[in-house]
Amino acid sequence: MEMPAPNPVVLARKARVVARLLDVLPKNAVIHDDAETRAYECDALTAYRCPPMIVVLPTSTAEVSDILRICHSEGVPVVPRGSGTSLAGGALPTADCVILGVARMNDVLEVDYDNRIIRVQTGRTNLSVSGAVAEEDFFYAPDPSSQLACAIAGNIAMNSGGAHCLKYGVTTNNLMGVTMVLMDGTVVEMGGAHLDAGGLDLLGVICGSEGQLGVVTEATLRILRKPEGARPILMGYDSNEVAGEVVSVIIKAGVLPVAIEFMDRPCIEACEAFAKAGYPMCEALLIVEVEGSPAEIDHQLGLIKEIAARHNPVELREAQDADEAGRIWLGRKSAFGAMGQINDYMCLDGTIPVSSLPYVLRRIGEMSKEFGLDVANVFHAGDGNMHPLILFDANKPGDLERCEAFGAEILKLCVEAGGCLTGEHGVGIEKRDLMVHQFTAEDLEAQMAVKDVFDPAWLLNPAKVFPLTVSAPRRAVAMAAE
Amino acid sequence: MLTPKDENDLAQMIRGAASPLVVQGGGTRGMQVAGTGLTTAGLTGITLYEPGALTIVARAGTPVAEVEATLATGNQRLAFEPMDHRPLLGTAGTPTIGGVVAANVSGPRRIAVGAARDFMLGLRYVDGQGTIVKNGGRVMKNVTGYDLVRLLTGSHGTLGVITEVSLKVLPCPETEATLVLPGQDIAAAIQAMSAALGSPFEVTGAAHVAAGGRTLLRLEGFGDSVAYRMGRLRDLLRADDAVLQGDESTAEWAALRDVTAFAAAPGDVWRVSVKPSDAPGIVARMGDGVQVQLDWGGGMIWALAPAGTDLRARIGAFSGHATLVRADAATRAALPVFQPEAAAVAALSAGLRAQFDPRGILNPGLMAA
Ligand SMILES: Cc1cc2nc3c(=O)[nH]c(=O)nc-3n(C[C@H](O)[C@H](O)[C@H](O)COP(=O)(O)OP(=O)(O)OC[C@H]3O[C@@H](n4cnc5c(N)ncnc54)[C@H](O)[C@@H]3O)c2cc1C
Repeated sequence: MEMPAPNPVVLARKARVVARLLDVLPKNAVIHDDAETRAYECDALTAYRCPPMIVVLPTSTAEVSDILRICHSEGVPVVPRGSGTSLAGGALPTADCVILGVARMNDVLEVDYDNRIIRVQTGRTNLSVSGAVAEEDFFYAPDPSSQLACAIAGNIAMNSGGAHCLKYGVTTNNLMGVTMVLMDGTVVEMGGAHLDAGGLDLLGVICGSEGQLGVVTEATLRILRKPEGARPILMGYDSNEVAGEVVSVIIKAGVLPVAIEFMDRPCIEACEAFAKAGYPMCEALLIVEVEGSPAEIDHQLGLIKEIAARHNPVELREAQDADEAGRIWLGRKSAFGAMGQINDYMCLDGTIPVSSLPYVLRRIGEMSKEFGLDVANVFHAGDGNMHPLILFDANKPGDLERCEAFGAEILKLCVEAGGCLTGEHGVGIEKRDLMVHQFTAEDLEAQMAVKDVFDPAWLLNPAKVFPLTVSAPRRAVAMAAE
Repeated sequence: MLTPKDENDLAQMIRGAASPLVVQGGGTRGMQVAGTGLTTAGLTGITLYEPGALTIVARAGTPVAEVEATLATGNQRLAFEPMDHRPLLGTAGTPTIGGVVAANVSGPRRIAVGAARDFMLGLRYVDGQGTIVKNGGRVMKNVTGYDLVRLLTGSHGTLGVITEVSLKVLPCPETEATLVLPGQDIAAAIQAMSAALGSPFEVTGAAHVAAGGRTLLRLEGFGDSVAYRMGRLRDLLRADDAVLQGDESTAEWAALRDVTAFAAAPGDVWRVSVKPSDAPGIVARMGDGVQVQLDWGGGMIWALAPAGTDLRARIGAFSGHATLVRADAATRAALPVFQPEAAAVAALSAGLRAQFDPRGILNPGLMAA
């Protein structure tokens, strides 16, 4: 993955930039020693690393504004960072950048149960937002698997999803307002405790903009009362086609489960070996979870069981208590860990229309043979968000490159099937150069025009999202200005 | 009136336009900006409906009624419950799906499931230079590139003319029921609605009408479940009041959605989005001669005010926004339709308009001067 060469003019200014940052920040908030900046050299896409020039760790919106004003006037690129769990390289530094980490900004600013909102600083982790309202039985709905570590800042930047988004939506559907600082230091407030935008839906554009439009420092989030209960059911089938059909029939029957998870045989085998959850050995396994009152759960599970049984399952197991529910989820939740034990893996994130599931899985199987690399599939089946895990050996020369080439082919297949490159992880550097397969030049131009408005100098996280060749003219202007 | 027959035709017309265009779908919201009319009424047709994937794709000019009829064949619906503006505004015409999206029109269920913008999966549009652009797609989860879907939704035709939309849909519930609490003032209503919406009983409508002080709370779902939850909700609110079942409940919410109570009455109609707990104070500041109806648990105030009243001036500073929905020409000339924005936000909005419509020909002046 290519990154632009650092700007020598900016590198030469390091001492001055550090001095100016120290004018507005306490000493312990500015890291510029090469040994220490290394801690920020990558996010969860660890194959790519580059220590930044400087790291700053502000504690307030005012400090963020000072930092950005200084970087703007010195022409220094800024890469915002939450917890660094991006799987797309969204928080990957360049050698001439300032990493602006919001990890120290983790206060709860306001909890308001009557209006069902919480306001937090964005460095707060996803799980601890739910934690802050758990005593009143409320929760924050979007629940990425990384929720123990990832920050609301990164969730907003990536518009992250979770296992329960079929019912509750993703980040953009649960975000009500932000305080954001533009690259020139201007502080902007959007939305709040009221619903919908009065003018253009700028909040909707900020969410998912991958740290390229502004630094989000505070967020107003919708909180919900926990449902009375939830219960999963597990079913195994002899073919992917049949499992895909079951998903479609369940949805058509008017049932709206909170989660429908799909695993294929390689994934089932790996999880079973790792977690011993007692999964049946079959081609396709579905875990369907429903929520609500006891009456609601019984009714929905009744319908689901009836549909499942009509399609000749090799196994149909309903959780009778919390213990059994835990066991049903155990294998699925350890899928990534299980894969990590066997091998290095690359996790993809394309989305496809649910109806093309059998075709896409068949093609992935064929390509797996062509590339000589194994693939296991876990899948949010209700919303079509696939997570093929390509297994490779990082110590074997050429394997990573082969894996990346295979991954690119799978993502192109998703687009060809009517889907998209990324359902929840974001583009970052990882899918940047594949954007031309999903978008025309005009489509990309329209998106870049938005960045031109928020960050005319293209200093915020500039080498991400758009293919480098496509963004080059705009970035070149920024370079030349220095 | 320009009536393009397809997307390319539309692109050509916009490229060729030398003066402002007034973009509309079915024209049911009677927008008043000067220029040549351009309607999407010729861009019709449902291009995809997949009940098993909860997805529908339709061209912008497709009548909402046609979309709803098609969804009904799969026992599904547009869950955000878009209002029909015709009764309130006294307009004719056919509401189109593109118009619903362009104005982000959502009804009472918005409080539970989200707004039109939350159900948008993708769209195609032609910008002010005549360039055809797509964003999003037809799948439920998609974070590929910037989200122009939400930017265009609710942009009232000022950034581009939407030509096709894809939407997430939801199953119709088996039944519905509504608990009616009579004789409440606004403060009591807000308290009851907040308690109901903060309960686990999945309330999908929470409204209050001043006449009779009625507060209405709607539950939907499978019959057994609705009955059980209604019991629990009544316990929670210590309410042994009447419950409207099935069709009776449906009719009540259709009237609330379309604000028919204000249809025949003279005066201006405003829509004010607020933090629910601020509603009693804001309604008090609206002053004498103003009638209100609350929706969204108190977060949406519909206000009927004497013609020409500057309601924003009466309310003063507040967190939220007020839109002038119905007014005569004199009032419109004096008061902006949309809430004026803070300087930094207004600058960004103006910047976006200049990028998407550099010649300023798409509904100029509608959203900002
Ligand atoms: C094991 C594992 C499981 C995961 N599971 C899921 C999942 O289920 N669903 C899902 O959606 N994702 C998942 N992810 C991906 C990742 O956790 C999310 O993308 C997450 O939202 C990133 O948050 P972060 O705080 O770590 O952000 P970072 O990695 O620090 O940054 C991510 C992006 O956000 C930008 N950014 C950070 N802070 C700000 C700010 N203050 N203002 C503006 N931009 C900012 C960065 O520049 C970068 O582009 C998973 C990752 C891992 C490692």
